[in-house]
Amino acid sequence: MRSGVIAKKLGMTRLFLEDGRQVPVTVLQLDNLQVVAQRTADKDGYSAVQLGAGEAKAKRTTAAMRGHFAKASVAPKRKLAEFRVSPENLINVGEEITADHYFAGQFVDVAGTSIGKGFAGAMKRHNFGGLRASHGVSISHRSHGSTGQCQDPGKVFKGKKMAGHMGAARVTTQNLQVVRTDADRGLIMIKGAVPGSKGGWVTIKDAVKKPVPENVILPAALKSAADAARKAAEEAAAAAAAEEEAARLAALEAEQAAIESAEAEAAAPEGGDNES
Amino acid sequence: MNLIAQIEAEQIAELGKTIPDFKAGDTIRVGYKVTEGTRSRVQAYEGVCIARKGGGIAASFTVRKISFGEGVERVFPLYSTNIESIEVVRRGRVRRAKLYYLRDRRGKSARIAEVTNYKPKAEA
Repeated sequence: MRSGVIAKKLGMTRLFLEDGRQVPVTVLQLDNLQVVAQRTADKDGYSAVQLGAGEAKAKRTTAAMRGHFAKASVAPKRKLAEFRVSPENLINVGEEITADHYFAGQFVDVAGTSIGKGFAGAMKRHNFGGLRASHGVSISHRSHGSTGQCQDPGKVFKGKKMAGHMGAARVTTQNLQVVRTDADRGLIMIKGAVPGSKGGWVTIKDAVKKPVPENVILPAALKSAADAARKAAEEAAAAAAAEEEAARLAALEAEQAAIESAEAEAAAPEGGDNES
Repeated sequence: MNLIAQIEAEQIAELGKTIPDFKAGDTIRVGYKVTEGTRSRVQAYEGVCIARKGGGIAASFTVRKISFGEGVERVFPLYSTNIESIEVVRRGRVRRAKLYYLRDRRGKSARIAEVTNYKPKAEA
């Protein structure tokens, strides 16, 4: 089990594909996503990583939380969340996770706080049908119907679907597909809708109801690893360039030498004649 | 510009479509790619543009025509990759942005006067 990520919902748009299809996508952004703390089996009885995302003003962060962030030597974060990971997938504190954590086509579960609807009637909240428009129905066209039986049992059963508060609850949407990722800007585009409003925080995890893909990056797609890879690539490129340059110089030299030798050869018979 | 608008602008640039300047009231011909089984061809759909809606990548337009005596309306996403071409056949003079009143009209009263002195908007 590897870590998930915290992302900010930016909004929805659509992508037009080459084959004429259009895909509705939700754009999620990883905003300075860093590991703030580790939970280990020895110390806490379970293994997890605590991630932090966003930027919070140090002035408005409580002293206790400032201490917590100082311990990890990361800037104060707006949103914190823990992700259970297996012990071998623990990530070092301070590491930054990039959007390459997921690949296009992968299935993920996204959890967020749904948009609050306030006190909603049974029709909106539970998709009840309501009452008839005529045939003697008065005032109660959008009401629910009966809530139970008669003197026996003489009560309304617990869990009866009725009007009440709707939304503003934690909702997980499972098996959403990642369409595209952009590591430079930290964007993850997910097909379909995601719970919550624009600017809200959501957590993304590998789908629990699908087998774990083989090509996921373990323990996580880290910025340090990406930087190291880039540096290595640059060094390799520089080395290759240097080699090429050296080869070019060598070729030039060889050419020069060949010309010189040819000249010398051309000159040699004359010289030889002169000498002799 | 927020990031969503930026992404949309990038995608519009990437699609690289040249959209002619047209508005409600203009008669246009849309070349729409139709895939039948494995082979695809371009189908022309000609009619009056009665509405343009939305902005950014989500923009769309509605084309109405009378087909075999029956009014037919089709909504096309402006940036759809299925649209091969958009061609302005005739510029119409109208005083509304949405010509939904044409739905209740037939024949002579559903005519739209042509703009004779059309000037393309200066490129911004």
